[in-house]
Amino acid sequence: MEQQKVTVAVTGLNNIDSPGPGIPVIRGIRESKVFDVRIIGLAYEHLEPGIYMRDLVDKTYMIPYPSEGKDALFKRLLEIHTKEKLDVIIPNFDAELFSFIKLEKKLDDIGIKTYLPSIEQFEERNKSNLSAYGEKYGVHVPSSTEVYSTSDLNNILRSMNYPVMIKGKYYDAYAANSVEQAVNYFIRLSAKWGFPVIVQEFIRGTEVNVVALGDGKGNLIAAVPMRKQYITEKGKAWGGITIEDPSLMELARKIIFQTKWKGGMELELIRSTDHKLYLIEINPRIPAWVYLAVGAGQNIPEALLMLTLGMEVNPFTRYDVGKMFVRYSYDMIVDLELFSELTTTGEL
Amino acid sequence: MIIKGNIALSENGFVFNPATGDSYTINNTGKEVLMLIRDGKSIDQISGLLLGKYDVDKTTLERHLADFVNDLSVNNLLEE
Repeated sequence: MEQQKVTVAVTGLNNIDSPGPGIPVIRGIRESKVFDVRIIGLAYEHLEPGIYMRDLVDKTYMIPYPSEGKDALFKRLLEIHTKEKLDVIIPNFDAELFSFIKLEKKLDDIGIKTYLPSIEQFEERNKSNLSAYGEKYGVHVPSSTEVYSTSDLNNILRSMNYPVMIKGKYYDAYAANSVEQAVNYFIRLSAKWGFPVIVQEFIRGTEVNVVALGDGKGNLIAAVPMRKQYITEKGKAWGGITIEDPSLMELARKIIFQTKWKGGMELELIRSTDHKLYLIEINPRIPAWVYLAVGAGQNIPEALLMLTLGMEVNPFTRYDVGKMFVRYSYDMIVDLELFSELTTTGEL
Repeated sequence: MIIKGNIALSENGFVFNPATGDSYTINNTGKEVLMLIRDGKSIDQISGLLLGKYDVDKTTLERHLADFVNDLSVNNLLEE
């Protein structure tokens, strides 16, 4: 079968100790037998490792930070599109998704396709709305409260048992064992990610995650559950294993069906010591460990690309149980000329 | 006493619970006991078989067997 040529722009090239999903997404797409891809990296920082992975990323362009707004982003994407004729953009950061969702129509008008949830779907699953989400969809969630000041925090902590989880608006979460620790994390997270900071009940148990793909009509196209085996200080999986848990798959199917979710998502769950499943977070994009799903038989990045291009995708029906991933770090040697070209011209 | 049906036990004594992702290594005796449980033998039957095979007194064997079965249960490897 002749492969379809397609130019795909991907963000999240920060393949660092707390990695973005860009590189694993690209690896999945590169392994596709359906597509012959040209990968355009979109980077925020000059040292995002993916920029220099030339066997995976054909060309990279710097793009403005989400804080500069969607108009600045669109202007830059238009410049890139003029040169590269992008077919598809796959955004991989929570913080940039709002702008990309808002730009969906404008991008489509110039011939760039995306496959993203609606603003309502995106907002509904926000960490700060999780309690309402749990109630609406009949899912156990830990109790959580939005906090905007240290006095709010002190008040809410009086009615909670330690440890408590202190979570940033977009990323990062810490378990605090005292008021002092909680205040410290609150200050750190609000400075980094803004307000609100979320204070959440701590659920004891085993952390399990599911990567899922919805077609926007309520169908679960793909889903693979994973148990973290080795967790870094930042709470990221450095090793994980696919598991067989029908209740997790059922939950993924239910959430995708009820929300009619469009695109990739990650469910973060805790199986409590009394065997209840608690949903602790829904990430509105493919997670960095997605290559495990590819290795287990579900090429979710390829399926996402097919859906984006309007191709029919049959839902996956199986995956290998007991397939593991072990992350590693690797030092690339980069010539200064490459770095200087990127910093001066904004592209490499 | 029934081992959960999806528990994988390899030749070298590696036990994998696909529902939780937990894995364990057990020694040859543990493997032998686990296989006997899987074959449907009761604790009394297993005790009798092992007494005839190993140089061990009945009290010690039964204590170790009870501990092992308790470990299997605590680690969710047995059907409830």
